Amino acid sequence: MGHLAYDAAHLFGGAVLALSFVLLYQRRLTAVINAYALQALVLAIAAAWQGWAQGAPHLFLTAAITLGVKAIAIPLGMHSFVRRLGMNRAVESALGVFPSMALGVGLVALSIMVVLPVTAQSHMLTREDLALALSVVLMGMLMMISRRTALTQVIGFMSMENGLILAAVSVEGMPLVVELSVAVLVLLAFAVFGVFFFRIRDQFDSLHLDHLDRVDGGPR
Amino acid sequence: MTALFLPAMAALVSALLALAVASAVAADANRAHLAAMGSLGICGLGVILSTGFLLTGGQADGLTIGVGLPGMPLHLVLDGLSGAFLVLLMLAGVAASAAALDDHGAYRATAPFFPAFIAGMALTLLAGDGFALLLGFEVMSIASFALVLTDHRTPEVRSAALLYIGVATVGAVCLVAALGLLSFGGDFSFAVIRAHPPEGWRATAIMVLTLIGAGSKAGLVPLHVWLPPAHAAAPGHVSALMSGAMTKIALYVLIRLMFDLCGPGQPIWWGAPLVILGAVGAVLGGLRANMEADIKTVLASSTVEHIGLIAVGLGVALAARSADLTGLAALAFGGALLHAMAHALFKSLLFLAAGATQHAAGTRRLDRLGGLIARMPKTTVMVLIGAAGLSALPPTGGFAGEWSLMQAVIAAPRIGGLGWQILMCVAAAMMALAAALAASAAVRLIGVAWLGRPRSPRAAGATDPGRPMLAALAGLAGLSIAVGLFPGAVLGLLAPAIGFATGAGPGAHAGAFMIAAQTDQPGYAAPAIAVVLGLAGAAVFFAIRRWTVAGERRAPAWDCGFGAPPAWLPFGDPATQYGGASFAQPLRRALGTSLMAAREKVDMPDPGDLRPASLTVTLADPSAAYLFAPSGRLRDRLAEYADRMQLLTIRSTLAVMFIALLVFLIAIAGLQHL
Repeated sequence: MGHLAYDAAHLFGGAVLALSFVLLYQRRLTAVINAYALQALVLAIAAAWQGWAQGAPHLFLTAAITLGVKAIAIPLGMHSFVRRLGMNRAVESALGVFPSMALGVGLVALSIMVVLPVTAQSHMLTREDLALALSVVLMGMLMMISRRTALTQVIGFMSMENGLILAAVSVEGMPLVVELSVAVLVLLAFAVFGVFFFRIRDQFDSLHLDHLDRVDGGPR
Repeated sequence: MTALFLPAMAALVSALLALAVASAVAADANRAHLAAMGSLGICGLGVILSTGFLLTGGQADGLTIGVGLPGMPLHLVLDGLSGAFLVLLMLAGVAASAAALDDHGAYRATAPFFPAFIAGMALTLLAGDGFALLLGFEVMSIASFALVLTDHRTPEVRSAALLYIGVATVGAVCLVAALGLLSFGGDFSFAVIRAHPPEGWRATAIMVLTLIGAGSKAGLVPLHVWLPPAHAAAPGHVSALMSGAMTKIALYVLIRLMFDLCGPGQPIWWGAPLVILGAVGAVLGGLRANMEADIKTVLASSTVEHIGLIAVGLGVALAARSADLTGLAALAFGGALLHAMAHALFKSLLFLAAGATQHAAGTRRLDRLGGLIARMPKTTVMVLIGAAGLSALPPTGGFAGEWSLMQAVIAAPRIGGLGWQILMCVAAAMMALAAALAASAAVRLIGVAWLGRPRSPRAAGATDPGRPMLAALAGLAGLSIAVGLFPGAVLGLLAPAIGFATGAGPGAHAGAFMIAAQTDQPGYAAPAIAVVLGLAGAAVFFAIRRWTVAGERRAPAWDCGFGAPPAWLPFGDPATQYGGASFAQPLRRALGTSLMAAREKVDMPDPGDLRPASLTVTLADPSAAYLFAPSGRLRDRLAEYADRMQLLTIRSTLAVMFIALLVFLIAIAGLQHL
């Protein structure tokens, strides 16, 4: 793998991570969805690039699935949810910009410190991509716990899954089965969450999860 | 010929298990009889086989049977050490089975667990790998738990059994961890472990875990708290087996792991924890035996004391072996084994007698008993023989054992430096104190329960038990006397075990008629002492006969304690006799207030008030107060936290998982950068 291949792969991985930062502090629902779509698009490009660089044609299929499902279909569905729920202008307070950036940087540092020594014997690109992927996963989880509505939590969940795909494409020789199954899983989860949204909405007139806490007999 | 012993013993274990199944499916009416009769026969064969094995030299023999986890067949091994403990177990088993034949319809529900209990103990002794050892040990725990629950309608029995199974679980967890640390490359068989003894922190961890795991079952301080209530709650024949045999099986596991599997290369200080825990346990158990109000709890507390003495001997043997003083190690180890053997016999005897007394007099409480010597004369003779052993009077086996242990401790200061020497001096003093406490407990037991006048109508109507129970008592009494008169012969019988554990035979200092601490020194000649004592007794007897005033005269009993007789009780109220609590008072005030947190509360009504005055005495075992109670509170608090976690919100639950993941990642990163 030449210099260009290495640098470009690095660039795309880094772009996915940068979009995770964007996701973390976006407040408007539509902007969150758009940022997610952009992240999926960059991920698709990264997968296609890896497919070309590794000479692994099945990665093109991964890229196509990512592009079709996660960059186009799911964001469109999300937008339609938002429209039907009448939340076009909804603003959601997440963590502030500075705390979320600081936490994100901390998570990236942690994943580099974990991954680089553990994978000392592996290929250089694999190691760094794994570190980036782990950061994306951790930041997806951070988003899930810092957001208050179900919709943004689901986006956090899917962004986490983007990190998994990034890890899968950057390791050479990973069979397609893994990516396909993960993609199907996410699609199913998305369908379930969609049904779930409307149920919550019907019940409480809101997507705020605090309402759920009250009915399950949470702490008094 | 020798190769046949192990397969035969394995067959006996399977026969016991089959018997357990058979009695479980048998008709209700003859279930208990079947279990007792079958165990009696099998244990009888076991006595013959194991004694034969020891007499023919005790050559180690191994056997592999394809039962167990997939790819892990059970290894069985019979060597000198397991042979010695098998003799002890089977003797106690014969006596307990015979006593179980004297059933009053009370043992039916848990009868199948009785043979399973013996089978579990025998399997523990025959185990040749960690898995078999744990299997046997756990069968033993669970079966004995069920047997303790025989009288499950009584709340005290239930709480005692729960405490017992709780401590047993903690012990099992520790034993599993100890054996896991011992295993070499995933192989649990003792032969492999022996070839690769543990070192460093691993060895220390194994020692600590073994002390907790096996020590809790043996009744070593501070995990002895379960023992008095559980042994008191079980039926007589079960407490006899638990006190006589099960505590020794736990000691066997301790010996197997610490002496055998950890190898002789361990440091000298390894003996110190055993010595310290043993000496403390001996004093605490002896003191408690003087204060308890229930005859079986008294006996169980005395078990804690004797186990403590044996543990001191084992600690000295371990340290002496590390210092290459094999002669001293053999002396200490032989003393420990001899005392274990003597204790198994006289304590089984006393527990069986206590069970018979409970049935005959309807109570175990000292303040309801009394005057049994006139009503249960045969039992009383046996109890006196057992109590003589318990209080280590010459020429009993208890004296021979404690004499050897004391000799070993007196010789032990040369093992180590100043710290060790001071420890040995303190241990010797505490052993002497414990022996005195045991004697006083025996005097109190006999004096209150068997002498004096009955304190309740049921006690006045007590009778000797049935023939099987009397036979069991007589057999145990006879064996106790034999062990006491010929301790050298017993040591000779146990020679394979002593040689196996210490690398030296008891050899020169154990003759048939005398045991000595060193070859060229005078020792303890039990038969000669017995003859002298017998002559002295006869002389006293004839002197009294010769110079006594002829005829006899009936007079009121010693008046102290007997109140002025009320009109309706012309001979005084027996309840005002000197009782168990009165006997305990001097010791309770001298030692009990500091060691056992004994408190007396006097409730004296005002003049004119018709309320009766009362004196309430409370005792608290220090281990219960400072170890068990705080850990109980800790458990409650943890449960509360866990409860709170169930009610977290969705986001908090996710956050908990996220933080847990982060902690793991940070730990990995930290380990990487160390």
